Amino acid sequence: MAGELAFEQPLVELRKKIDELKQFGQEKGIDFGEEIARLEERHAQLQEEIYNNVSPAQKMHLARHHQRPTTLDLLPYIFTDFVELHGDRMFGDDMAIVGGLARFGERPVTVIGHQRGKDTKENIARFFGSPHPEGYRKAQRLMRQAEKFGRPIITFIDTKGAYPGNTAEERGQSEAIARSMLDMAMLKVPVICIVIGEGGSGGAIALGLGNRVLMLENAIYSVISPNGAASILWKDASKADQAAEAMKITAADLLEFEVIEEIIPEPKGGAHRDYEATGLAIRDVLERQLGEIGGLSAETLISERYEKFRKIGRFASDAILPNS
Amino acid sequence: MFKDLFQKKRKYATLPSDRSAANGEAEAPQRPKREIPEGLMHKCSKCGAIQYSKELEKNLKVCPSCGHHMRLGAPERIAMTLDEGSFVEHDADLISVDPLGFPGYAGKLEEQKLKSGLRDAVVTGEGAILGLPVAVAVMSFDFFSGSMGSVVGEKITRIIEHAGKYDLPLIIFSTSGGARMQESILSLMQMAKTSAALGHFADKGGLYLSVITDPTMGGVSASFAMLGDIIIAEPGAMFGFAGRIVIEQTIRQKLPEDFQTAEFNMQHGQLDLVVHRKEMKAMLGKLVGMHSKKGEL
Repeated sequence: MAGELAFEQPLVELRKKIDELKQFGQEKGIDFGEEIARLEERHAQLQEEIYNNVSPAQKMHLARHHQRPTTLDLLPYIFTDFVELHGDRMFGDDMAIVGGLARFGERPVTVIGHQRGKDTKENIARFFGSPHPEGYRKAQRLMRQAEKFGRPIITFIDTKGAYPGNTAEERGQSEAIARSMLDMAMLKVPVICIVIGEGGSGGAIALGLGNRVLMLENAIYSVISPNGAASILWKDASKADQAAEAMKITAADLLEFEVIEEIIPEPKGGAHRDYEATGLAIRDVLERQLGEIGGLSAETLISERYEKFRKIGRFASDAILPNS
Repeated sequence: MFKDLFQKKRKYATLPSDRSAANGEAEAPQRPKREIPEGLMHKCSKCGAIQYSKELEKNLKVCPSCGHHMRLGAPERIAMTLDEGSFVEHDADLISVDPLGFPGYAGKLEEQKLKSGLRDAVVTGEGAILGLPVAVAVMSFDFFSGSMGSVVGEKITRIIEHAGKYDLPLIIFSTSGGARMQESILSLMQMAKTSAALGHFADKGGLYLSVITDPTMGGVSASFAMLGDIIIAEPGAMFGFAGRIVIEQTIRQKLPEDFQTAEFNMQHGQLDLVVHRKEMKAMLGKLVGMHSKKGEL
């Protein structure tokens, strides 16, 4: 498979060696069976070593892999009968966010997600998955619709951030993001959010107020891109790897901070190696999580969702001041 | 001889051209640095006019020449907005910690405390405006560029909940460079926390007046600042989601001079009112009064 990352090179080289040996043996009619078996064993071992110790910076590269499955790539393995619905009814149809109806098992649900392109042309049409205000307002509309018909909402988070452009500002990017969060907080239906790739800043959290927030194993979620942080901290955007280590952006970090409830395992080497396995893993976890909250009352869903976000934050009290 | 004097004078009024962004949290627009030492005189960073500091303070730190609204710290803002002696601070004991062990954060927090005389970027509490009780939160740009970390999010959330519980009108003065990078995901989640709290407050019928002051960007602009029932800005206040530099790099175009000013945002429908600092207290009192339950017959 093409698109191996730097940290996977030892595996690529070993695989190449094995293939060469196989071919050489075939051509010359020599049996290297024992040798090959030994190398295969070494390969498996190396694979374990490498994929069980993926660093935060390596995860960042996996999360941004150009072949990483997008929302639309994953939907067919999780849902059936997806019908995409379009437009915010006010300005336009932002293709950086897709949404619509689908069935999860028998149950109709509303699905909304950021949508990156798979090639340059599609990426231009979809603004590289960075929404304008009309994208968030489309999401808000679909959420209201879901609430009206009592459908659970599943969101897929995968964006570098909201689109930083003058048109987005003029049409109220701040308001669109803020309103999305407020609306989601008050939804009377179950909401589950899944970070599938890069969860970048306000553009990500705008779809992120779920009763449950889940993350794929190699997904990342942070307040600013590691590149942005590096350029502010060290005046050098190329130190993104260093920033990625400092910023605690991995699923494991977020589980520890109680920002997410569960990590969804990816196929070895990352989600881009097997879309189907990734989709099915999401489906399994979703089934269980939705099973847990699917029957809760509107009131419980709202208060439980509030409590989840209400308790996030770390601070101290300075006892010098006699204050409440 | 007189000629010489005048020429010298003109020289004083020259604006420095450097717009160094040494302290940029996110992309808060930076004003040119002041050149006059703290004390007797003050030079307007916008038009360069020189004033006696005392005169300027009497004028609520609005330049008498060009009307530029200078940035205020939370204590100054509280003094000029709330009825004298009415303010009681809440949660003054909350201080930031370094939950990620982020390089340089702990030291920078101490530095910011010394520099600003504040404990974090927001002061919250209760007070009265023209005799009407209100809950308020006032942010300060001079603490860590007004950035929102766990403490800012928690104090804002607590005052929202307090206003909800005691049926008080809520007024938040925002100014911020955005979310506080050094607390990473925890900062981002404060956007969700404060917005959710405002959702519950709105559900109870609470009145929230948001006052946007210069500058209000990023995570604060894209959460509680833009969720007011009525959104007011001071003249010339810059606010928006993405910073000017980032946008110019993205679209590869120069943006208009007035981009993201209060007036620009007003034109694009993002605001209810632009209110001069001198009129602010009266306007807030008027708006709160119109929502006062006592007025119902």
